[in-house]
Amino acid sequence: MSFTNHRKMQLYGALLLLPAAVLLTTFAYLPTVTTVINSLFLPGFRGAPTEFVGLENYQVLFDDPTFWKVARNNLIYAVGTIPTSIALALGMALFVNRKLRGRGFLRMAYFTPTILPMIAAANIWMFFYAPQIGLFNKLLGMLGFSGVNWLGDPSIALSSVIVMSVWKEAGFFMIFYLAALQSMPPELKEAADLEGTSRWSFFWRVTFPLLMPTTLFVLINALINSVRVVDHLFILTKGGPNNATNLLLYYVYENAFSFFDRTTAATITVVILLVLAVVATLKFTILDRRTHYQ
Amino acid sequence: MRLRPPFAMTALAACLLNTAQVNADSVDLTMYYPVAVGGALTDVVDNLVEEFESEYPDINVEAIYAGNYDDTRVRAMSAMEAGETPQLSVMFSIDLYELIEQDAIVAFDDLVETDEEREWLDGFYPGLMENGQLDGKTYGIPFQRSTIVLFWNKDAFEAAGLDPETPPENWEEMAEMAATVREASNNEQWGVMVPSTGYPYWMFQAFAFQNGHRLMSEDGTEVYFDDPAAVEALEYWVSLATEHNAMPDGTIEWGTLRQNFLEQSTAMMWHTTGNLTAVRSEANFDFGVAMLPMKTQRGSPTGGGNFYIFEDATEEEQRAAMTFIRWMTAPERAAAWSIETGYMGVSPAAYETDALQGYVEEFPPAAVARDQLEHGTAELSTYQGGRIRRALDNAVQAALTGQMTPQEALSQAQQEADNVLRRYAR
Repeated sequence: MSFTNHRKMQLYGALLLLPAAVLLTTFAYLPTVTTVINSLFLPGFRGAPTEFVGLENYQVLFDDPTFWKVARNNLIYAVGTIPTSIALALGMALFVNRKLRGRGFLRMAYFTPTILPMIAAANIWMFFYAPQIGLFNKLLGMLGFSGVNWLGDPSIALSSVIVMSVWKEAGFFMIFYLAALQSMPPELKEAADLEGTSRWSFFWRVTFPLLMPTTLFVLINALINSVRVVDHLFILTKGGPNNATNLLLYYVYENAFSFFDRTTAATITVVILLVLAVVATLKFTILDRRTHYQ
Repeated sequence: MRLRPPFAMTALAACLLNTAQVNADSVDLTMYYPVAVGGALTDVVDNLVEEFESEYPDINVEAIYAGNYDDTRVRAMSAMEAGETPQLSVMFSIDLYELIEQDAIVAFDDLVETDEEREWLDGFYPGLMENGQLDGKTYGIPFQRSTIVLFWNKDAFEAAGLDPETPPENWEEMAEMAATVREASNNEQWGVMVPSTGYPYWMFQAFAFQNGHRLMSEDGTEVYFDDPAAVEALEYWVSLATEHNAMPDGTIEWGTLRQNFLEQSTAMMWHTTGNLTAVRSEANFDFGVAMLPMKTQRGSPTGGGNFYIFEDATEEEQRAAMTFIRWMTAPERAAAWSIETGYMGVSPAAYETDALQGYVEEFPPAAVARDQLEHGTAELSTYQGGRIRRALDNAVQAALTGQMTPQEALSQAQQEADNVLRRYAR
């Protein structure tokens, strides 16, 4: 390969990367950098200049009890949604992967929540949860129980939000599991049948390990989703009652747009980014090593 | 120096080319507006805009529905940051302090030129102007304005042995009547519901004002949340559920409350008058609308949205925006808007039009919000309003859900508010 040809190839490669690089820089890297910078400054009041305050904004944030409450809520939310929705997705995928009547219909039913826009889904659920006229309390009433104020009682409001999220997410993850199951070579099952392997051990020894790449992928998605919840809170609770369902990204939104406090919003964002970076590193170093890729 | 994405430039260029072709002198206006109640209000606005454009061919208005009040503020402010400020918008009447702090809007006093225009500016109900004025200048023009009213189900009252034509006059009566309905229905129907999500501070302000207490100073730099009168007001609200067994425990959802009322699961509700037309068209029972009950005085805060004109617009655009706003708030339009929604006619002249006069005669509840205006007070509006309202919202919800006593909750909100407002109080 001649020198100019080599240069040409390099240019060609660079040009291929350019669109992605421009997009990423504009929408990911630049905002990240400006966010970090914003979190180190305190804007002046009525025309006074912006002042560099170093890590003071972080100090103030860590002294804010609401921030800790919101962070704790988000942790509960993640623990509540991620394992449940993944387990449910796997169960549903295994179920509709078999030969059974009305399989297409079942698959569609499981997937429907995913294709509904979040806002629409949340509006529907708001009426499920409504204490007097809602579906859930009507059902409870038929069984002779008195109803629950699903979204208005701080001790269960967060759980109500979690239940709805699981409903929304599980169908989405099911699709990935279903695809992975269908790409699994049938010879494995035949061989296992010849050897008389029980269903249970076939699942744990063959199916589940082969699904690990999918699980890892789904896990990362689930984690991202658990941090970027903002839309259903708008409709369902607005973070209330008394911050019982307030989650990190919603708190960022509130600070930035309801309180016009861009500094605090930037500071929380940086904290979220750092935590996510740590989690991602752990995931790729520990989990990835245990994953079989076909 | 602002970074503008290149597509904005092309869009701008395309826009300029476009207008140049259509009409050299025409003005393009962009307006965001919110809808905070149910119903097809976007259609109503679209029709009004169309009508305006046919009357003023050289002004093009693009009216963009932007969600609820908070969403609309966010959209307008982000557009501003992106260097694409709309020329005018309908926003929360209480956004005033934030908009002024951001230097976003202009005073109408600086825009009016003729006597006729000045007269228009002075033609609105003073009670509705309160939230739009600061330091003697008017920044917000009333548009979709409301007060909180009491809707009551006459059939439910009758079934409970109450006089269906007599709504409660005061706090005591409301608690009693509500408890009576609850008892008579064998705990099937609630007596009263006051929404405590969405805008809890707004409802609380009504309670406090009925107890003779105003929650904030005129200049928006101080709040008085932990005053004994305010504590008493919150105690009464909480007692409706805990003592009188007349209202459900926990918070009550703003968005589903109207449906609760329509399905007769509550005999009374407090809600914005903006719901009136929707309730009227959907209720299959006899209902009435009354002013809110009183403790020491009647009272409701005003609410809703005002027109604002943005600083960044050119002088020509600002003039055109004002022409549009004048047209939109003219008596006939204000009357039509009120009839289609339930929101108030914003000027006395609106109620003198044949249309609204006839409507009120045929459907007297349509006048309640206006009559209540006489007992109105400005909606809670201060510097750092978002944070202050949130503090009060949390306090109200903490008390209603039994996490704190009203006294504790309001003291905490007061402390939070004091911290936030310290730098404004000087």
